[in-house]
Amino acid sequence: MAEATLAGVTVERDDEGFFKNPDDWKEEMAPELAKEIGIDPLTEEHWKVIRFMREDYKVKGQVPSIRRMKNEGGISTKDLYNLFPKGPAKKAAYIAGLGKPHGCI
Amino acid sequence: MKQLLIVGGGTAGTMMANKLAPVLDDSEWHITLIDEHETHYYQPGFLFIPWGIYNKNDVIKPKRDFYPSGIDVIISPIEIIEPDENRVKLADGRVISYDLMIVATGSRINPGETEGMLGDKWHKNIFDFYTIEGATNLRNFIKYWEGGKLVVNVVEMPIKCPVAPLEFAFLADWYFTEQGIRDKVEIEYVTPLPGAFTKPIAAKFLGEFLTKKNIKLTSDFSAGRVDAENNKLYSWDEEAIDYDLLVTIPTNMGAEVIGRSGMGDDLNFIPTDHHTLQSKKWENVFVLGDATDLPSSKAGSVAHFEADVLFENIQRYIDGRPLKPAFDGHANCYIESGFGKGILIDFNYDVEPLPGKFPLPGVGPFSLLQETRMNHWGKMTFRWVYWNLLLKGAELPIEAQMTMAGKKRV
Ligand SMILES: Cc1cc2nc3c(=O)[nH]c(=O)nc-3n(C[C@H](O)[C@H](O)[C@H](O)COP(=O)(O)OP(=O)(O)OC[C@H]3O[C@@H](n4cnc5c(N)ncnc54)[C@H](O)[C@@H]3O)c2cc1C
Repeated sequence: MAEATLAGVTVERDDEGFFKNPDDWKEEMAPELAKEIGIDPLTEEHWKVIRFMREDYKVKGQVPSIRRMKNEGGISTKDLYNLFPKGPAKKAAYIAGLGKPHGCI
Repeated sequence: MKQLLIVGGGTAGTMMANKLAPVLDDSEWHITLIDEHETHYYQPGFLFIPWGIYNKNDVIKPKRDFYPSGIDVIISPIEIIEPDENRVKLADGRVISYDLMIVATGSRINPGETEGMLGDKWHKNIFDFYTIEGATNLRNFIKYWEGGKLVVNVVEMPIKCPVAPLEFAFLADWYFTEQGIRDKVEIEYVTPLPGAFTKPIAAKFLGEFLTKKNIKLTSDFSAGRVDAENNKLYSWDEEAIDYDLLVTIPTNMGAEVIGRSGMGDDLNFIPTDHHTLQSKKWENVFVLGDATDLPSSKAGSVAHFEADVLFENIQRYIDGRPLKPAFDGHANCYIESGFGKGILIDFNYDVEPLPGKFPLPGVGPFSLLQETRMNHWGKMTFRWVYWNLLLKGAELPIEAQMTMAGKKRV
């Protein structure tokens, strides 16, 4: 567990840097989070994904899967991998201040 | 008279019918079960068909032999389930209403989800072994194969029986050794997971097995498309892997009828309470087996443990009592590792597979997270247990809830 100051606010994050509490997140924090995992700059395309994830999380209470982003968010899987290379679900959730998506068994 | 409807009469639905039929008051409740097919497949047996260990006849029996007397059985595809109206519509137009419904429509492979998979080469040098057709066609290919590069690929998670692809790779190593052509066969195991398996201790243990058997592990590979013309498997990141023989575990999804009925998530799995097995949306709907969206393994053994919990909760529901949140995600899987040996894992939502003895602490006869001959016999005996005890809903000498007794923390 670690605390970090992002955009002037102190937030709690887990060992891998995912937010403990998604409500702590503010849009101004995203560019800094993105930089931490090597995504710079954040483009409008990235934002489309982040906003969809935040919205969907608010409604569903869980981080959307890649298939859901395609079906509901209209974001093609190919684009997702281009925007967030290797593991888009994890990386986008990281920047969007959501918890780590549950892996499956 | 009230109607209890069981939708899907495979492993889970059959078990539930056998458990409930003797105990429900037949002056108050009538049980109807619907399935679209006459034949029951012992799916765990599909693993052994490509190697000629089992053939088709070893894995099929008529479904009707396993349904209890005194219930109505309808063989017809279900067109749509309308849970808001408490009824289902069959393909032949019949409408069946219910007071209480158990959904056990399972999961199936969808190779069409991956671009390029279903083409001229499907079942020519690209095979699944999760269907009877796939397993038998693959047998015919392997029987005459003279060697080359075999790629075993899991397209995406979750899949039913998550250890089956590993077992397939282990058996390939054994089979081609027996055939005297192991030096002509290269085996690569390609998975979207960060290692050989999901949970860290088992992933490490099974990863070492792959190395020992000279099977190359490629992890974190999310398969995006197949270039069947050129025998290449591509990740979404455009990394390519060559193959001569591709054995794929395609995307697994819940039954199409769940999608059509608007009851599922993006993979047609039904949102289900993790511990009571009640649908999250409809209080008179319960879900069992592969059809759920539970973060547990999709396996016959899991369906069996769930059935113990659901059996009690159905009676509690009928009697107007609070449901018991008793399902803990318990799974128990034999992993065939080749050369007449096997490995056993036992775990739940919270506790990953650990080493130890099973089912009797300190005694066994089975060993957890270790390779033994006894574990192989456990796997082979499972077929008898499946047909004679499991489907019939009989008590097995294993508790529904996982126990730490006999396990060692490492
Ligand atoms: C290769 C392989 C190896 C495996 N190995 C093991 C193992 O070693 N151990 C283990 O425990 N498990 C193993 N499993 C998993 C196990 O077989 C499944 O988890 C189990 O069969 C799930 O039972 P179920 O009742 O949920 O689904 P199923 O048994 O698949 O039953 C679903 C039923 O629903 C019916 N249905 C679906 N849609 C409709 C519709 N529209 N209308 C009417 N009926 C419908 C189907 O006809 C089917 O009969 C393996 C599976 C595979 C494929």
